[in-house]
Amino acid sequence: MDDIKILDAVESYIRGEMKPDERLQFENLRKTNSELDQLVVEHTLFLQQLNHFGDRKVFKASLNTIHIDLTEQGKIDSMRLKGKAKVVYLWKRYKRVAAIAASIAGITTLVISAIIGVLTSKPDDNVQQMSRELQVIKKEQKDQKADVNNLKDQINTDKKEAKKTIQFKSGGTGFLIDGKGYLVTNAHIIRNSKNIAVFNNKGEEFNAVLIQTDIARDIAILKIIDKSYKPMLSLPYGISKTASDVAEPIYTLGYPRNDIVYSEGYLSARTGFNGDTLSCQLGIAANRGNSGGPVFNHNGEVIGIISTKETESEGVAFAIQSKFIFDAIDQLKKGDTAYQSLKLTSKSSVRGMNKQQQVQKIQDYVFMVKGD
Amino acid sequence: MKPQHDEQALLEGLAASDRKAVETLYRDNFNMVQTLIINNNGSSDDAKDIFQEAMIVLYEKVRSGTFELNCQVKTFVYSVSRRLWLKRLQQQNRYSSPGDSMENVVAVEEDLEQHEQRNAEFDMMENAINHLGEPCKSLLEAYYLQKQNMQVIAANFGYTNADNAKNQKYKCLMRLKKIFFAQYKNGNGDG
Repeated sequence: MDDIKILDAVESYIRGEMKPDERLQFENLRKTNSELDQLVVEHTLFLQQLNHFGDRKVFKASLNTIHIDLTEQGKIDSMRLKGKAKVVYLWKRYKRVAAIAASIAGITTLVISAIIGVLTSKPDDNVQQMSRELQVIKKEQKDQKADVNNLKDQINTDKKEAKKTIQFKSGGTGFLIDGKGYLVTNAHIIRNSKNIAVFNNKGEEFNAVLIQTDIARDIAILKIIDKSYKPMLSLPYGISKTASDVAEPIYTLGYPRNDIVYSEGYLSARTGFNGDTLSCQLGIAANRGNSGGPVFNHNGEVIGIISTKETESEGVAFAIQSKFIFDAIDQLKKGDTAYQSLKLTSKSSVRGMNKQQQVQKIQDYVFMVKGD
Repeated sequence: MKPQHDEQALLEGLAASDRKAVETLYRDNFNMVQTLIINNNGSSDDAKDIFQEAMIVLYEKVRSGTFELNCQVKTFVYSVSRRLWLKRLQQQNRYSSPGDSMENVVAVEEDLEQHEQRNAEFDMMENAINHLGEPCKSLLEAYYLQKQNMQVIAANFGYTNADNAKNQKYKCLMRLKKIFFAQYKNGNGDG
């Protein structure tokens, strides 16, 4: 209690609230009592600090309210900068960054062109390369012509095959539906063929036999019987059971020539030629040889098998809907119990990858099919 | 340009925390500082911060009673703001020198040194008060900052009489002083 009274006295002394006689008494006490003297000095300092603190706090608060008031009254242009001012502000703020970015880009360009300059020894190399490329293309064209001629010869020797091409052109691609060596292709490709050979994208040849055919739907199932074939554990793509939507982007891999060829397009209609409900119409650049090739959607699921192409218009092809693959397999299983282990997957492991990655994985599972 | 005596009156108003004077000073100087900050990599929020800090420097300078107006208020505020912004840019490692502009600049190093000292003291006091906890914080603020009467405080805080409130206030004050001086002595010892 005494301490409180002393402090009270000190505070009223500091504030100058004491009466003159009290004050005199207090000052005398200060002179004799050094402890009290020290308390007064210390407390004076403390109160001063406290007052500074309070003053500044109040002042800060008042500055903030003034800022808001003046902004609202439009007397200072603060807050959001509009229009030109904002552009100028952004430019000023980021010009340094922009300058650095630009110089980095410049340096990179210089470095790259320097590297290219060093790596390409002669200046006319580019021109040479171009002409070499042209020659390669020419050679390829020749090869293709030869291929086409060969195919024509083949077709001519097989008159029934030739009948098929009166309205539609056809070629030969197939793809694995089970890693154990089961392939799906078009029935028309290997119809009446005695010997069937399939080639993978590395050019390796395997002998295969026809184990199931569905002429109406133009589906044939082949099995590779070659000893050199190594079964694959799983397929990167699944077979879709459901029909796809019109306008869905699609792509295919096939062998219109000796190398595997990628082309892409979209699903144009859910029905095929003349309203054929078994197939669907694609807007894709397909050539003879693409027949029997798989049609993938963006998830890498097989949604169909390319079967025919309209001869009158370019870029229109028809595909058999993939659900009929399941029907064909069911038929096969009914006919022979040896194929019970054959299993189709509808899950695609390349789902979510980009096109290049998908194709990278898938191309090993697409084969060229040839029959005699 | 305003005559000198007008500015003197404004500063006296500022020292007395007269709202009208503060508002006038704010209105007359803010846009100038904002232009300075925005032209030198700052945002309008930065401008507000810097300008208000400069205003505090001016405020505390006039309140200390030692302020002699040897330049225009505008020049002083501009110089302080420029200095403060330069310092902040350096802290953020965004090298940029506010280019020399048309405005006059006066030396404000000494003022800013004092300002730094006051900043440190302000932080110490704030820190100490925040360490107190309730009801000590509110009790002391009511008595020492808002200068409320002990009877009013007792009623507001629910003490049965002013003596009890005073007793509590005394205990709180002792704690605050202890915390504050512990930092104060450390801070001054270091500096």
